[in-house]
Amino acid sequence: MLRLPSFTYLAPKTLKQALQWKHDAGPEGMYVAGGTDLYPNMKRRHQDPKVVISLAGVKALRRKPAERRNGGTADAGLALAAGMTLTEITEHRKLRRRYPVVTRGAELISTPLLRNMGTLGGNLCLDTRCTYYNQSYEWRKAIDFCMKKDGAICWVAPSSPRCWAVQSSDLAPVMVALDAQLHLVGRAADRTISAAAFYHNDGIAYLTKQPDEVLTEIRLPAPNGWDATYHKLRRRGTFDFPVLGVAIWVRWDAARVDDARIVLGGVASWPQAVPEAAEAVRGTQLEDAAIEAAATAAFRPSKPMDNTDFALAWRKEMTRVYVRRALEELRDRHATRRP
Amino acid sequence: MGDRPRDRRSDHDRPAGSPARRPGDLRVVGTAHRRIDAVGKVTGRTQYADDLALPRMLHAKLLRSPHAHARIAQVDVSRALALDGVHAVLTGADLPTPFGILPVSQDEHALCPDRVRFVGDPVAAVAATTEEIAAAAVDLIAVEYEPLSVVGDPAEAIAGDAPLIHDYGDAGNLHKLVNLEFGDVEEGFAAAHHVREDLYFYGGNTHLAMEQHASLAEWTPDGRLTLWSSTQTPHYVHRALARVLELPPGRIRVVATPNGGGFGGKSDPFNHEIVVAKLAMLTGRPVKIALTREEVFYCHRGRHPTLMWVKSGVARDGKLLGLHFRTLLDGGGYGSYGVASTYYTGALQTVTYQVERYKFEGARAFTNKPPCGPKRGHGTPQPRFALEVQMDKIATDLGLDPAELRLRHLVTADTITANWLRVGSMGLGACIAKVVDASGWRTRRGTLPYGRGLGLACSSYISGAGLPIYWNDMPHSGVQLKCDRGGGVTVFCGSTDIGQGSDGILATIVSEVLGVPLGEITVVSADTDLTPVDLGSYSSRVTLMSGNAAIQAAERARDIISQHAAEKLQVPAERLVFAEGRVFDAADPDVWLSFAEAVQGAEARTGTVGTVGSYTPPASPGRYRGAGVGPSPAYSYSAAVVEVEVDPDTGIIRVPKAWVAHDIGQCINPAMVMGQVEGSVYMGLGEALMEEMVYRENRGLVHKIPSMLEYKSPTTLEMCDVETHLVADPDPNGPFGAKEVGQGPLLPIPPAIANAVFDAVGVRVDEVPISPEKVLRALKDKARGGPGRTGPTAFPDIPWPEPIRVPTPWEGGDGKALKHDAAGRRGRAADQSAAALPRSGAASHPERQH
Repeated sequence: MLRLPSFTYLAPKTLKQALQWKHDAGPEGMYVAGGTDLYPNMKRRHQDPKVVISLAGVKALRRKPAERRNGGTADAGLALAAGMTLTEITEHRKLRRRYPVVTRGAELISTPLLRNMGTLGGNLCLDTRCTYYNQSYEWRKAIDFCMKKDGAICWVAPSSPRCWAVQSSDLAPVMVALDAQLHLVGRAADRTISAAAFYHNDGIAYLTKQPDEVLTEIRLPAPNGWDATYHKLRRRGTFDFPVLGVAIWVRWDAARVDDARIVLGGVASWPQAVPEAAEAVRGTQLEDAAIEAAATAAFRPSKPMDNTDFALAWRKEMTRVYVRRALEELRDRHATRRP
Repeated sequence: MGDRPRDRRSDHDRPAGSPARRPGDLRVVGTAHRRIDAVGKVTGRTQYADDLALPRMLHAKLLRSPHAHARIAQVDVSRALALDGVHAVLTGADLPTPFGILPVSQDEHALCPDRVRFVGDPVAAVAATTEEIAAAAVDLIAVEYEPLSVVGDPAEAIAGDAPLIHDYGDAGNLHKLVNLEFGDVEEGFAAAHHVREDLYFYGGNTHLAMEQHASLAEWTPDGRLTLWSSTQTPHYVHRALARVLELPPGRIRVVATPNGGGFGGKSDPFNHEIVVAKLAMLTGRPVKIALTREEVFYCHRGRHPTLMWVKSGVARDGKLLGLHFRTLLDGGGYGSYGVASTYYTGALQTVTYQVERYKFEGARAFTNKPPCGPKRGHGTPQPRFALEVQMDKIATDLGLDPAELRLRHLVTADTITANWLRVGSMGLGACIAKVVDASGWRTRRGTLPYGRGLGLACSSYISGAGLPIYWNDMPHSGVQLKCDRGGGVTVFCGSTDIGQGSDGILATIVSEVLGVPLGEITVVSADTDLTPVDLGSYSSRVTLMSGNAAIQAAERARDIISQHAAEKLQVPAERLVFAEGRVFDAADPDVWLSFAEAVQGAEARTGTVGTVGSYTPPASPGRYRGAGVGPSPAYSYSAAVVEVEVDPDTGIIRVPKAWVAHDIGQCINPAMVMGQVEGSVYMGLGEALMEEMVYRENRGLVHKIPSMLEYKSPTTLEMCDVETHLVADPDPNGPFGAKEVGQGPLLPIPPAIANAVFDAVGVRVDEVPISPEKVLRALKDKARGGPGRTGPTAFPDIPWPEPIRVPTPWEGGDGKALKHDAAGRRGRAADQSAAALPRSGAASHPERQH
């Protein structure tokens, strides 16, 4: 049987306590939220904190979603506490009504049981994945380990100086596409950054978050005339991580796309924005030709590696299909909504 | 349909209690009832092997090879031994005797003494007070390896410069070579209206039983060993333990714990079973091992990846005048059941449609991967896939309806096939009729919109192998029965309930014969100290064989009890009926004794009421070398129509529904029969669409995805609706006419899906799994004006031996090989002898494995 190693488990009640204890633990400490990713990783010994600091009991991370107002009146969006479970996200009615793309992204994550434990913040901080990395200690020893853990080389691209583990969160590309703002609390200071700035295209240093910082809040923009969708490719309709995620945000100006963001998940170490694809639909009515141009523009820089499920050439090919279908969905929905 | 009139067939949707459904006036058999182990399982009280714990128990871990192929230069266990909490460390030198499930393939060691043959091959073992300490100690063992070139697949295995993986086999790394010829196929091709040659590949996949293998061993101071293990074959484990541990079998007790699924993956004696036994003997303390999921992937024994070449010649009406099959199996690092698997890739092609002349060449190669072996359908899903897709292509070529083509040329009941298999009952025609009607085949096939399609395929499977794994002339299954004064009955049988419900089969049959309510029957099974031998839960043999043994034992008990009940009631014994816990006078139901009173009467007169029953399959008409694989007391038949939706942009296949009809002979418990059909469809779906053992060629052949997350098997969402139709054509050899259902219904699913994909989008994926990238590749090929096919393109040159030529029954043959063929190399005299024993020299008939 695969067993957890021994570790110290701390359960702070406040953010301040959590930050202090994490600081005290140093590099051997790690935060845990739902634990649905960390604990299996610890069983396989590719994450091996000696001190695990649970954020589950920190009340500040468990607040109800709060509407934000500009000057007390104008809708400035919704703030989601990072400790909301994914099930809470999927069951939240206002979220479903006003931000269906967030609900959809959360619904597509894993299984109901894991969504009951897993959190929004945890999903956004999800460790990058790789079939050379998410393996037992014995297996990794047989390949002489890899640079992400215990080794020196990236087996996905042995001549490369960097790690190519894959961004595998469903909500990360969604938040980048929405340009959500993430609030981080550190010992010294708080800061708010865009979701895009939260990620880094490196399989090891995939977050720009400082180790001690806690992601506390995800601020969604006001739903004022934009639409978005998320399409996920995976082998099975449940349980599987994305091998391709397509998150698309468009702002409509009457019949025309005023602005757009197209973000790919599962093809790089970060949610990969493809501005050239967004550019291809800007100012168009999402006519077939515009959609095809965007799909092609997204297909080109989509460079999946041989480190997850499916043949990589096919996964690359699917970028075209999934971007096309996501844009068609947005176009069709807009057509039905317009008077 | 031979001399079996169609109206003899009945099926489960006849009104309950109608006379046609109950030949012989069955009361319990044929009625759906709750499994006898259901409450224990759903309330979590069932004790699987890993649930067992004994006082002072130690935990074992295995050190496994990180190399796919290497010599072991040195093993230093000193640091592990020095670790606090470690009680013993074993290496290959401690267990030098080789073992293996087949007498001809005694090529495994509990711990590799000098050579490792795949990543995961065990090298050393530790027993420690906790699993964590054992794991830490394993990491302290230093092994010095001298890596050898790695053989990745059969093509590499037969390349001139490939290192030899074993020092035995038929030719280099070719473990087994078979060449059998029944009639002159070339003559058939010459006479044919249409000849086609095709290549197919069936990928390797594994059982994925929910329960990971676990074993617990106890050695008592009086020198007796007990092993509790999740095994499908306690009798064979018993033999292997005696051999390797050099203990008298009478001092070893093997108990098969309830299996959380087996599917063939727990049919071999395993290294971890021997290791914990030895560790218990050394330490004097109980020792347990519970394998991780990753280790279960290394145990494997799953489906052999098989390359196939098929040449068929048909008459204008589609009759197979000649059929020539070549198979090349990727066996992995050890023999396991591989010799039998090889024969099975050529054995059952003849029992569905008439084949005038048949030739089979089969080869199995050793490679540096976990060993392949028997998985549900053992060696037959691969050729069945090839044959059923081939039939579909032939139908297309000839402009015939694939269902009609098959119906025209069915093997008739009570005949002998070209390769000398005796077919008894044969309900395939009725099965085809069922699925054709239910699916709307005649109106919907070929007419659905682009992207949707229907495919049909059929199959057959053995209800138990006609011959045992090691040559002996004893029964294959034995039952002891004890009737208690209180009216209860205990059934003792070596058969192993692996979740298929065999304990319930025994109880149901005894309940039927003795009229004792199911709740008052106790089944004690799979314990070599307590139960008579049953060979094990493999080859779909248990219902038929242990069932027949149970009938015999129960009828003997009924005879003893009848004798005294007849005297007591003053009624002729033949007028007595055993039912509802009573013994009645059939002529006057008011004259009766309770079953308990009847037992008490018998016990007062003759002593303890206990009986035995046993079963030996009938002899097979085939008498040539290799005739041991294929014969069975009865063959089940299945037909399936599967509907698919193919997304032409992605190649992704969805399967909304499957219609399956299965010729079960007679249901013992229809609820369990339906469960087996649905489970088979599920497993077939997984093999057809996604499951595959994949190894990293660039990283020394490590298993790419040894986890349940990344080894993709369908979830509830991928599972199709299944509409099951049961065809009951009782077989005279089956208990109450029953035949197998555990394996057969899997077989038609992969080819039916392949055929449905062709109906949906007009392309052929001649390769399993039919993954989206393969579908898309075929679609692109078609769009470019190509044939629209994905599949293998070449079959390597194999040094086939001279064929064993056996005239068919209709050529006047007698089941034996020709004494001298053209080359004069093989004589009939050699056929039945042990003359061709491989170098391992085991004293057993080489070709008589199941």
